[in-house]
Amino acid sequence: MAFREYRIGCWMFGVALSLSMFITIVLPGLDISSMSSTKIALEKQLTYGWETGFNYYDPFLQGKDKPIKVTLNKDPKTGAAIDKTDAYVFPAGTHFPDGLTHNNILGGDVQKVSESKGRIGDATEEQGGVFLVQSDANDTPYIEYATATRGWTVDATLKAADQQFLAGSGKTIFVREGCWWCHTLLPEQTQDWESFGRPPLVGDFNGESPTTFGSDRKAPDLLHVGSRNSSREWMTLHFFNPRLVQPHSIMPRYDYLWGTKDHDGKQIDLASWDTHYQRYVSGEEIYAPEVPIPAPNSEARMLIDFVLNLK
Amino acid sequence: MLKYLFAKEDDIPQGTAAIFFAVSSIAWFIIGTGLGSFNAAKLAFPDMFHGLYALQFGHMRQVHVHAVIFGWIAMAFAASMMYITPALGNTKLWSEKLGVWNCLLYNVGLCLALALLWSGVTSGREYSDHIWPIDLYIAFVMVVPWCLNVWMTVINRRTQGIYTTNWFFAGCMFMTVIVFLIGNMPEWLHLTGLNEAYMTWWFAHNILGLLITPVAAAITYYIVPKITGNPLYSHRVGHLHFWSIVVFYSTPAAHHLMSSPLPEWLKSFASVEGVLILVPAVAYVCNILLTMQGKWAMFVENIEIKFTITGVLLAIPLNMQGGFQQTRAINWYIHGTGWIVAHAHLALLGFSTFAEAAAIYYGMQVLLRRKLYSASLANFHFWMLLIGFSLYWTSMTIAGLIQGAAKIYEVPYVDVVIAEHPYMIVRWLGGTMVFFGNIVWLYNMIMTARAGDVVPAGRQPAEIAYTR
Repeated sequence: MAFREYRIGCWMFGVALSLSMFITIVLPGLDISSMSSTKIALEKQLTYGWETGFNYYDPFLQGKDKPIKVTLNKDPKTGAAIDKTDAYVFPAGTHFPDGLTHNNILGGDVQKVSESKGRIGDATEEQGGVFLVQSDANDTPYIEYATATRGWTVDATLKAADQQFLAGSGKTIFVREGCWWCHTLLPEQTQDWESFGRPPLVGDFNGESPTTFGSDRKAPDLLHVGSRNSSREWMTLHFFNPRLVQPHSIMPRYDYLWGTKDHDGKQIDLASWDTHYQRYVSGEEIYAPEVPIPAPNSEARMLIDFVLNLK
Repeated sequence: MLKYLFAKEDDIPQGTAAIFFAVSSIAWFIIGTGLGSFNAAKLAFPDMFHGLYALQFGHMRQVHVHAVIFGWIAMAFAASMMYITPALGNTKLWSEKLGVWNCLLYNVGLCLALALLWSGVTSGREYSDHIWPIDLYIAFVMVVPWCLNVWMTVINRRTQGIYTTNWFFAGCMFMTVIVFLIGNMPEWLHLTGLNEAYMTWWFAHNILGLLITPVAAAITYYIVPKITGNPLYSHRVGHLHFWSIVVFYSTPAAHHLMSSPLPEWLKSFASVEGVLILVPAVAYVCNILLTMQGKWAMFVENIEIKFTITGVLLAIPLNMQGGFQQTRAINWYIHGTGWIVAHAHLALLGFSTFAEAAAIYYGMQVLLRRKLYSASLANFHFWMLLIGFSLYWTSMTIAGLIQGAAKIYEVPYVDVVIAEHPYMIVRWLGGTMVFFGNIVWLYNMIMTARAGDVVPAGRQPAEIAYTR
């Protein structure tokens, strides 16, 4: 009864809000969803796997449940030499990105070719497998399920790999540690070409979650940082203590991501490292203390792999 | 507080829920601004707290944001609504008991939510950082009971019409529930890619535009006429404000992503709608300032009016920035720079905070029936807030312009960091002033409850002289 005299107002309110949501949610949603994946989107999905934010399979964001990107110079099955190839290894049980489990993410031709030539329909999360990103004769990018098409198994591929990148797990650390509060992953369309490289295209994000564009650039954009600086040594020093390589940096130290043991199993003592570092800063020691090489399963290694993989 | 959780509804004094919300909001304001100052220190001197690994910048940054938005601002709104809505409806709050429980569970939920963000458990989406179980808790345990209390109080009012403030309260609470549930959809529906990125900013835009700014405005629609004794200048302009908020403020979400590859039609549409935000903005500011006619002395003499009108005056640069900085002509220069950080603080620490602080100052005196303990401390708080905020805003705006210039001239990024250093120090000082001002405020409020002069029934606190 009390709102009786406001009935027209309530209707107007409902109509206005519904119309606003139709224009700002439904129409953009239809438009954005109609975009096909680019090759970059396929590579990102296969590198980062399923959701990187909080999820059932990695609730504390430790980098679990992620694929491994490898570089191959020989065929894992036959051992024959092949051109340098990036392959994406999903050990059994690793969850697939949306593009492999939903038929509306890759978009139009990309979906069709991935199914017909790439045989992605044969892949299951239970058995895992190895994936490649290819382009067909019409330049349509597609995902190839190499376990079905070439017989590349997970174990053989990991064994044959020259290099393994834990870039998927690294993105988890990137999200958890809040790197994206300062480093954007979005070169702007207007003036960022020269410093930070090509801005992304509309189809570059299909199936990626979260996109971690960032909104407040207190530090360089990182979308193509691996192309600008591919030195693992520099990245290692920079993550351990940014001021070793860039005295004016305001980035926090990420030395705690090294964990307790370094690459050779030696104990890492951050406090004594800092003591030596302070002596180095004040000029009492000539050289900065040695930065430990991160252990292969350390979070530091994952994060470095992620950053180096941002080409 | 605990003794009222299981009391009968009739045994709970009116205003209890509002007082609990008000005290909580001040406490969260201290925590939130303290964290802000702590984070700002690290942006000026990165090794300042080295060794405190538990408080890394990347973890604490979002804890600061959510402590001030959900802790200070939203709880101050809840406090205001829980005493203003019944006052304007000439009735009691629908359920004090629900309000008391709401406040308790709100604090518990916020502690839990911030602890999870602190430990890095996040959805990875700015402003909707909370993980979905927390989103559900916020929606159904923290916001829906609050919304229900406001709506039922409005429906059960004993006045014929509904005053401007109460349309805003009811409308904004309804929209907040809708925006919160739809805005967190990406996580529930596992949306990916640009859809997810866009919905993230749809949420961020609408939670600011449909909750934080209009409710702050609604509070001033109550405080200014109530304390000055002048009637609102124009209800019709109030209507214009309300309807243009619903129509224009709910549509420009895409202007937060002007440099991303969203569809061009969407960006153009959002940009035009974004300029139209000036319609409610101008209507609102004119309406309040014209209400002050003949009572401008109170801007100097009365602490609540001083806070409220300062907030309203800060809404002028806020809206001029907001309307134009999102157009393509300007956005390319300042997007992603400290300018935006300054603008966000102008909205939340400038306009909104000043309006809410007035509502809490006034509400605590009315509900406790006690005159404010110390006018000097309140003035000290005001100036700490205003000077601290001004230092913050000015330094971040300058830092943003430096970043913008560096962006077009392709300056190596580290040179930007070096150039910004002095402004980072000033920003830290400004934030720290706000933090200390708030500690003084809490002390003043506690002393008001304990030792403030009693306000006789039927009198307004503003009518009583300070004895201290």
